[in-house]
Amino acid sequence: MKKQSDLDLAQQSRRRFLTNVARSASAVGIMGLGLGLYSKQSSSMPATAIRPPGVNDELDFQAACIRCGLCVRDCPYDMLKLAQPGENIPLGTPWFEARAAACEMCEDIPCVKACPTGALDPKLTKIDDARMGLAVLIDQENCIAFHGLRCEVCFNVCPVRGKAITLDRRHNERTGKHAFFIPVVHSDSCTGCGKCEQACVVEEATIKILPQHLAQGKMGDFYRLGWEEKQKAGGSLVTPDIEHRYTLPEGQSYDFAGEGLVQERPKKAKTESALDALNRGFK
Amino acid sequence: MAATPIELLGVEAIRQKGLFKAYKWLIIRRFSQLSVLVLFLMGPWFGMWIVKGNLNSSLVLEIVPLTDPYILLQTIFTGYLPETTAFIGAILVLIFYLLVGGRAYCSWVCPINIVTDFSMWLRYKLNIKSTFSMSRQTRYWILAMTLILSTISGTLAWEFVNPVSMVNRALVFGMGFAWIMILMIFLLDTFISRRAWCGHLCPVGAFYSLLGKFSLIRVNAVALDKCDSCMECYVVCPEQKVITPVLKKTGRVTSLINDVNCTNCGRCVDICGTEVFQFDLRFNNIESKQALTAQYNSESISKLRNTNQSQKREVLS
Repeated sequence: MKKQSDLDLAQQSRRRFLTNVARSASAVGIMGLGLGLYSKQSSSMPATAIRPPGVNDELDFQAACIRCGLCVRDCPYDMLKLAQPGENIPLGTPWFEARAAACEMCEDIPCVKACPTGALDPKLTKIDDARMGLAVLIDQENCIAFHGLRCEVCFNVCPVRGKAITLDRRHNERTGKHAFFIPVVHSDSCTGCGKCEQACVVEEATIKILPQHLAQGKMGDFYRLGWEEKQKAGGSLVTPDIEHRYTLPEGQSYDFAGEGLVQERPKKAKTESALDALNRGFK
Repeated sequence: MAATPIELLGVEAIRQKGLFKAYKWLIIRRFSQLSVLVLFLMGPWFGMWIVKGNLNSSLVLEIVPLTDPYILLQTIFTGYLPETTAFIGAILVLIFYLLVGGRAYCSWVCPINIVTDFSMWLRYKLNIKSTFSMSRQTRYWILAMTLILSTISGTLAWEFVNPVSMVNRALVFGMGFAWIMILMIFLLDTFISRRAWCGHLCPVGAFYSLLGKFSLIRVNAVALDKCDSCMECYVVCPEQKVITPVLKKTGRVTSLINDVNCTNCGRCVDICGTEVFQFDLRFNNIESKQALTAQYNSESISKLRNTNQSQKREVLS
């Protein structure tokens, strides 16, 4: 009798134990799912949020950053900040907004040196190699250069001057006699520091830093540029075209590069020295 | 003597020891918590960079790195291998808390503790009682969950909501909306469940409790014979269950509060009018010494020598 009740008790306590385990696991599981969703949502990153130098991949960075703020503290220009609740940036991670304050591109990169985990890649030793984002002339309608004004502020403030942004001269057909000086960004040199966006003179910047994945398209591997392949191979990869020949009257030729029909002038006789001419005598 | 009614909590201690001694450890503890914040703020406020960074990771005197081992563990669980600096920092912190008691972090450093202690004080003053209670083990489930979630999501999962680092960061780097988190924890602890956050849910405390197993400094009931069962220590203790084995002599007989969840806050030391408790080293187990003396008296020394080594070690520890 007593044995039976002991057995019941043991069974009961085992059942209670299992129920409690299931309850805790479920409660914490629900919490975990909620937290997982929340973390996904608040990692969405607004396009204007730029990471400090040394972040090669956003997801890798989110895994490695321990939210300590040492990069923020070691930034001599105080332009980095730590994400706060409700900003859709992983809480406590460093970021900056180029329009508010751009990266000054210190040569010694103190923010990267300060990072204890290597979330800001210590292999970044030349600041010109940083890729925080990419400048995009996002609004040609409101960029005053496209209206023929001499602005060029973005070109002039660029720390990689003359390489990351160049000026493209174009004919102003409206006036017929002026030139446009159009800023053009080159992704191979742009560090995404944001100086151009910060300096853009119009009310809302027309050149903006965007994260690379938003700023750039991708051609796909199957596109090959023939002329580049040719240069790489050191010669044509296919049978070269036979040079096109026109059947033209004597004394005429055709220039493919743009001149068009060319009248060949009769070859002049080789000029003689004056002494030879005198010796020969006039005919 | 029967249990002290709640209105008279601490009165006896003040009468016996004076006002300062009745609050000594509480005052020192608050001083410690505020000092941590002030040290972090000296830099941004006065340009004195004694400690730079925040509780997650910092640099002391521009040379010594300190890293929260739990945060670093989350990073490792994402699959990323951090640089050596972070590991050195974490090892230094681990060694420190192995010495002073894992959850000493909770009561001597963590800024949330000030909020939850205030909640507990309010509960006494306003006599708030709530029936909702959770398992004390929940925090270990949450601890496991945060690590698994870090692996799945590839980011430091708990850092999206961690009130400890959020509030510390808010105070050191700018408040933002972090006060909402403080308010949430305050409401939870005051009205919904007693000691809900620190005593049941917080995975940071759960992590540090794992270090408490080896803690060198522990509270020792050196004068258990003076205990008059007023139960005041139970009432003020943030982790009530940790005192029971010592006072009621359940489980392994020891005078030391060895439970991993004892935060070494010293409230029991303060509140006890008869000075039963004191901070001590984990080796000074009065009970085993008394047992040993008793053994010496009752048995011959040679007989003791004959006991096998493992028994001896158990007696001596």
